[in-house]
Amino acid sequence: MPVLLKQILSVSWIGLRSIPQRPWLSLATIFTIATVVTVLLAFLAMSEGFRQTLTGGGSESVVLVMRGNAEAELNSVLIRDQVALLNSAPGIAKKDGAPLVSPELYVVVDGKKRSNEAKVNLPLRGMNSEGIALRENVTLTQGRMFAPGRNELVVGESLLREFQGFDLGNIVRFGASDWKVVGIFSAAGSVFESELWSDLAGVQSQFNRGSTVQSVRMRLTEPSAIEDLRAYIANDPRLNVDVVTEKAYFAKQAEGTSDIILMLGWPLAIAMALGALAGALNTIYTSVATRSREIATLRAIGFSSTSAFFGTLTESLLLSLLGGLLGSILALLFFDGISTSTLGSSFTQVVFRFDLSARLLLNGAVFALVIGFLGGLTPAFRAARIPVASAFSDR
Amino acid sequence: MAENISEISSAPTPLIQLRDVSKTYRKSGTDITIFHNLNLEIKAGDFVAVMGPSGSGKTTLLNLLGGIDRADAGSIAINDEELTHMSESRLSRWRADTVGFIFQFYNLMPMLNAASNVELPLLLTRLSRSERRKNVETALQIVGLEDRAGHSPKELSGGQQQRVAIARAIVSDPKLLLCDEPTGDLDRGTAAEILETLQMLNRDFGKTIIMVTHDPEAARYAKRVLHLDKGHFIEKELSS
Ligand SMILES: Nc1ncnc2c1ncn2[C@@H]1O[C@H](COP(=O)(O)OP(=O)(O)OP(=O)(O)O)[C@@H](O)[C@H]1O
Ligand SMILES: [Mg+2]
Repeated sequence: MPVLLKQILSVSWIGLRSIPQRPWLSLATIFTIATVVTVLLAFLAMSEGFRQTLTGGGSESVVLVMRGNAEAELNSVLIRDQVALLNSAPGIAKKDGAPLVSPELYVVVDGKKRSNEAKVNLPLRGMNSEGIALRENVTLTQGRMFAPGRNELVVGESLLREFQGFDLGNIVRFGASDWKVVGIFSAAGSVFESELWSDLAGVQSQFNRGSTVQSVRMRLTEPSAIEDLRAYIANDPRLNVDVVTEKAYFAKQAEGTSDIILMLGWPLAIAMALGALAGALNTIYTSVATRSREIATLRAIGFSSTSAFFGTLTESLLLSLLGGLLGSILALLFFDGISTSTLGSSFTQVVFRFDLSARLLLNGAVFALVIGFLGGLTPAFRAARIPVASAFSDR
Repeated sequence: MAENISEISSAPTPLIQLRDVSKTYRKSGTDITIFHNLNLEIKAGDFVAVMGPSGSGKTTLLNLLGGIDRADAGSIAINDEELTHMSESRLSRWRADTVGFIFQFYNLMPMLNAASNVELPLLLTRLSRSERRKNVETALQIVGLEDRAGHSPKELSGGQQQRVAIARAIVSDPKLLLCDEPTGDLDRGTAAEILETLQMLNRDFGKTIIMVTHDPEAARYAKRVLHLDKGHFIEKELSS
């Protein structure tokens, strides 16, 4: 082993062995760093979970057609003639000889949170059986699928979990009409699980939408077929519509909210980190001060100032690493997988779970180490510059 | 090598040679001159006690000789090496090779046991773990503490702690031992034991020892005594 490395390791070891002489200060440092890391991870997990929920439901080979520049389903209107034109578009996959095209109506209904009874907007989607066929990973977990023309609902599992009154068999009232919950479905945790579904004609008539829809979903024969479809639409002036893949649509929807979460989270974490930094700085300064005679003695024996520097930095890095570890454990215990909901960009609630991936935990660890590094840096410089002669000084 | 040559030549160069050394401290704007043109020679194998009133510069002298402080002017040559122009890192290595320090308050690492404290200087060498263990054992044997290797400093008496510190100072076999009040914190009986150990290291192992002390009794163990006063030495030969 190179002599310098051996020096650094032994000075570090001596420093680490002395941590029990400052138990409360060291523990306080570990806990403040842990708190910062927990808060940061909570925000990261929230943002990640939200993004996962939205993008997880999106497919590359399903396209969403809306009125030009509509951006979101709520802003879009398509008339029956346009839907008919889309039915004969090229590049559309077929099932039993019929094109997989799903005209859908998306309306907002009232709901109440289970947790605090807050009134919220929930999405009700009207569609036909093609719409269900277009969505992967949808399975009925309770009851049966809605039947056309009978005001029947199937309810997403996430929505059922977060909001009141949608249990199987319940009757719910939207506006002037009653709806019966006949089934519960899961959709692999995607955003569709935050929706209520019923048949298109029923929703159109109960919400006075005539024969209009808001969006048309279609399955492509293959992802590259979107080019043919775009050409077809561009050639027909009656089709003033935009085509995006479902994946791109969800990614765009996720961006805004996910970014807002991060834009709240990072500054808060950094502000807290400054506090933790001050704590670490104080702890390591104290360590250097109480150990200055030891350090000077090592220097007199012949240990280099470099080893005094890195030995001190190691103490800071170790404390922060322990803090990061503790923070990660707390975050895993308290935040990973918890479910919550927030307003998505269609002004309806999206239910999602905090998602703490290994990548996020690594972020937390790096963040902790950065605090430890910055907190240890100036004390380490001081340690390296302790006058060797102070080894001889009185107590 | 250098040692062999100097042994062959009839007039060996002294181990320590100070020429016109000056040292001034600046304290709150005023200069305190500790040494002005100080000259000193100490032969290899000597045992020198340095006495003098408080503030006369005894510790400052040890710092200069040990390469942990620098002179403002003049030359300090020890073991044929000129210290005045050495870089910090060379000086560190020079200290590791040439000097062993013994402090009034022992300066042991409280969290390390006796053997690990003694081992510290060897971590700066290329010795293997087993070689290090052997040298530590030998050093502890020399100071009579081979049965306390696993004890931590707080489990040892003051005298025993100072013995561990002496073992640490000699474990890498330096030529020169610098001691600042090595018995200043010990009772008379224990002090005598420590001083006998130093005497033995000088006599049997040929260590050159410079020992600062306030205690005339302690000074009697040395071969000669230097009195430092107002920046100059007054020598008193001892008939031992
Ligand atoms: N780093 C320093 N900065 C300023 N002045 C210093 C410094 N070190 C020592 N001095 C001054 O130099 C003078 C000599 O100090 P030194 O420690 O060498 O004395 P000493 O002979 O060892 O005294 P004592 O017997 O009390 O240990 C004192 O006046 C002291 O205040
Ligand atoms: Mg002194």
